[in-house]
Amino acid sequence: MNAVEAYGGALPKPTPETQAFWDGTREHRLMLPWCTDCGRPHFYPRSICPFCLSAKLEWREASGRGKLHTYVINFKAAKGFTKVPYVIAVVELDEGPRMMTNIVIDDPTPEALPIDALVEVVFDDVTETITLPKFRLVQQ
Amino acid sequence: MTRGLSRTAAIVGAAETDRIGKLPGMSRLAIHAEAAKNALADAGLKLSDVDGLFTCVAGPNELSEYLNIVPRYVDGTSVGGCSYIIFVRHAVAAIAAGYCEVALIVHGESGRSWIDMEGQGTQQSPAGQFELPYGVAAAPTTYSIPVLRHFHEYGTTKRQMSHVPAATREWALLNPRALMHSAGPITPEDVEASPMVCYPFNKLDCCLVADGGGAIVITSAERAKDFPNRPIYILGTGEATAHRQIAMMRDFTTSDATVVSGRAAFAEAGLTPADIDHLMLYDAFSFTPMMFLEDLGFVAKGESGPFFAETRKAPDGTTIYKTGPGGDLPINTNGGGLSYCHTGRYGMFAILEAVAQLRGTAGRRQVPGIETSLVHGPGRQFAAASTLILSNV
Repeated sequence: MNAVEAYGGALPKPTPETQAFWDGTREHRLMLPWCTDCGRPHFYPRSICPFCLSAKLEWREASGRGKLHTYVINFKAAKGFTKVPYVIAVVELDEGPRMMTNIVIDDPTPEALPIDALVEVVFDDVTETITLPKFRLVQQ
Repeated sequence: MTRGLSRTAAIVGAAETDRIGKLPGMSRLAIHAEAAKNALADAGLKLSDVDGLFTCVAGPNELSEYLNIVPRYVDGTSVGGCSYIIFVRHAVAAIAAGYCEVALIVHGESGRSWIDMEGQGTQQSPAGQFELPYGVAAAPTTYSIPVLRHFHEYGTTKRQMSHVPAATREWALLNPRALMHSAGPITPEDVEASPMVCYPFNKLDCCLVADGGGAIVITSAERAKDFPNRPIYILGTGEATAHRQIAMMRDFTTSDATVVSGRAAFAEAGLTPADIDHLMLYDAFSFTPMMFLEDLGFVAKGESGPFFAETRKAPDGTTIYKTGPGGDLPINTNGGGLSYCHTGRYGMFAILEAVAQLRGTAGRRQVPGIETSLVHGPGRQFAAASTLILSNV
């Protein structure tokens, strides 16, 4: 059985403006679109900068570090999620933008997951073509 | 001082489907049709009197075909549960412009039996790419996302939040149509002892899942005096949309859409929160009315937790919640999405309860002597919002 058949979770399907992001995660690089006019990165990737509407965007690799901005611990599995509970989180990247993700952690509890805890990206190759960026707590 | 289109239109017809709850014998469109029929009967109108149609779970094309009418004004704004509250605003504008005279706003949803209902968006949509792959499933996994941030920034507690379902249940016990009417009272401790769904939400923090519908009829304030029921005047309205995905919320402790729509409604009505006698704050989850009470200016930011958690003892020893029967600020008096009914896009039911209270037909749960009611709801997860200020005088 190959990975595509094995993974039952929802999969993203890239569009022209997001293709480079998903190409990046496949290479285990977290890429962000930066505006070369106003100098700000944004997420999710758009065709124009949401701060100044410039189309002059370039892809740069992000640090992969950030903070746990907010999260939930979900006990009712979504399709394809075999282990509950799991953490659905919003991470604020050091570069500024926020993104939804999962926190990779065994037996998640509120005590183990303080708000604003430091996190770092890990890459989950869920199929041969799709890699999801997830995060884990940085051990202090 | 009022502004804009304040008091230029009124609600003259209002009704729900005969039954709400589990309706396996009714499709999504059948529910719409019964709601429309009942609201027109309440107004003493015929279907042929309708010249403006406002609908979203059934699109305007589908519903005009099903009802066999050709309205000259259509609106299919579809931004989630507050779409019906937005429709009221749009109907006021359309009537003032002369684009229609009798606006019919219809809600129907086979939310429980799921007969002829649509699923989620595409894999290529932003949510399909950047939310769904992380195991976001039903609404409890998205509406919950802002809560821990609010707890962190303001010291709000889960125990405070647990008072919301308990207070709302007290209203349902007074409402024979409420799905939880006979389920007995619940305490904040009961909320926390119910099964965990998606921390910080237990089962009793989450709204019901039901089939049902409702509809209202709006016409000009001039014409409204000639109808069988007391007209409910529309004093102020507001609407806004801010985002689609919960992760894109600018500040997880504030609904920008609520702030924008609330300000517009109060400005148009020429009123402040102190002038409001009764509130319907769409409670998809325990946390949602807390956010709205703050963002509409009824309490300062961060103070909704202590506000909802304030209780006192009646002489007979029973608990009186601040927002429950006998409390200072009655909220969600039908029993809310938490204990009355929730079909998916509950906004219509919030409007219908405000109308019942302002007409004085709310039975044992009637709040005495009220003249104003505010209805506020979100669209999707704090993404859109709409506000209505209504009055019976």
